[in-house]
Amino acid sequence: MEQAAASVNPADQSLARIRRIGLQTIVRREYGRIIRIWGQTLVPPAVTATLYFIIFGSLIGRRIGQMGGYDYMQYIAPGLIMMAVISNSYGNVVSSFFGAKFGKHIEELLVAPLPNWLIVLGYVSGGVMRGLLVGAVVTGVALFFTRIPVEHPLLIVGSVLLTSVVFSLGGFFNAIFAKNFDQISWFPTFILTPLIYLGGVFYSVSLLPAWAERLSYINPILYMVNTFRHGFLGTSDVNLAFAFLIMAAFAITMFTVVVLLMNRGTGIRE
Amino acid sequence: MKALSIRGLTKTYRNGVQALRGIDLDVEEGDFFALLGPNGAGKTTAIGVIMSLVTKSGGAISVFGHDIDRSLDRAKSCIGLVPQEINFNQFEKVFTIIVNQAGFYGIPRKLALERSERYLRQLQLWEKRDSIARSLSGGMKRRLMIARALVHEPRLLILDEPTAGVDIEIRRSMWTFLRAINEQGTTIILTTHYLEEAESLCRNIAIIDGGRIIENDTMAGVIRKLNQETFVLNVRAAMVSMPVLDGYVARMTDDHTIEIEVSKEQSLNDIFARLTQQRIEVVSMRNKVNRLEELFMRLVESKGAAGARAG
Repeated sequence: MEQAAASVNPADQSLARIRRIGLQTIVRREYGRIIRIWGQTLVPPAVTATLYFIIFGSLIGRRIGQMGGYDYMQYIAPGLIMMAVISNSYGNVVSSFFGAKFGKHIEELLVAPLPNWLIVLGYVSGGVMRGLLVGAVVTGVALFFTRIPVEHPLLIVGSVLLTSVVFSLGGFFNAIFAKNFDQISWFPTFILTPLIYLGGVFYSVSLLPAWAERLSYINPILYMVNTFRHGFLGTSDVNLAFAFLIMAAFAITMFTVVVLLMNRGTGIRE
Repeated sequence: MKALSIRGLTKTYRNGVQALRGIDLDVEEGDFFALLGPNGAGKTTAIGVIMSLVTKSGGAISVFGHDIDRSLDRAKSCIGLVPQEINFNQFEKVFTIIVNQAGFYGIPRKLALERSERYLRQLQLWEKRDSIARSLSGGMKRRLMIARALVHEPRLLILDEPTAGVDIEIRRSMWTFLRAINEQGTTIILTTHYLEEAESLCRNIAIIDGGRIIENDTMAGVIRKLNQETFVLNVRAAMVSMPVLDGYVARMTDDHTIEIEVSKEQSLNDIFARLTQQRIEVVSMRNKVNRLEELFMRLVESKGAAGARAG
């Protein structure tokens, strides 16, 4: 083997610079992963969305007629986009972080001079990236079937970003505690999917009996879907300011909890 | 300056196992240091604590003066780790693994690409740069972890059994490489089960057993403490019986070979004189096992016996 060349010591760099480049590297790696396994990340949501639009939009939707003053297909389009954003943000972080734990390559990050909050931020950025990419794909599919108006673009951007952050953090939380692959599918199957389906993706909660409508308001996904829908259609079942407050509160609380768990070494250190 | 300073380091796992029972250790800058011990002695736990992969129960650690409780990131920026177990993403390309690791240490992308090429070439992995890591042989995976640990050019390189399962040719070329890195100023801490490797490379040594340091000295100093060595003598003519060597513990293992234990107070000249008197010509001589290995075994066994007595 050849001899090593003269050393340039990175220990002299500022921590701020190390962190900036470290974060860029985690984000680039996560983006590379999303693109590398596009068959698992980008294609299935497009197929699922197409089936939803064919079955619920074209076949059943025609018989339903209008909802909230729009065609049923137009009404469910924002909800279906948000559903894809939620499940993909969550799925990206839970599988990437748990995969890193399982394969032990999380140690590459743990031994590096990067604080835990930055590692969380890097993975969450990856989750948001996949959420937005899949959201764009599903929007493309929706536009193939129907026309979607855009009433409040900032509302769309704000709600999709916050929702994506919340569920990316949810995926991180799940991955911290998961000890096997069964445990990363448990939460999405038994908690997340029912909450999404009961969160006003396919209907307005005003159609429900009073007790069910009241119950629906404890589902945080209802606020996310409705805020997003309001951005497109200008119609919503919830108070928008309260919805943003809930989303922001979830994001801040979950980020704090996840970083504290990382600092304690839960699930990652002995 | 001390590259590594450890004081009163303890670690008790949740299951009650006391892996480290108050370790004090200093490694000077520029040293090539051996940390030896039997399986389960606490070596990997100690390294895990230094790298913050394992949470310590007590004690203090500083790396080039950076206390890991106060300046963990600064301390970590000084260290490169080659762990015992494979811990890279087996589905990533070789080149990507190295470039990413450089990024995690804050190396700008352009420099990261240059260094990744340099270290992959030095470790003879450049041809494999586009291969998926899981397709590499065991020896290549070990070299990939060395390249990864070096890409940020750490001041302290910690190698936890880097040559385990590597064939002798690759192992020796890795020795040459590590010597060169050390000569250029990188402090190296090595754990290994190949004691010949430690004796050949390292200037200072600590032996850890049962979570405690039981020996810490220069390599030469430790070897001098070896009171007794076992030699194997090969003789020219076949022997019909064991030669008379009163005062020595000796045995004939076959008709051309004698094994003899020689303490510091005894002399090899005396043995040769006696054999010459009996018209036995010695054609070659070697240590039965590596000297460090012999000392290591005696230290660990005596510690074990003392522990058994105490228990």
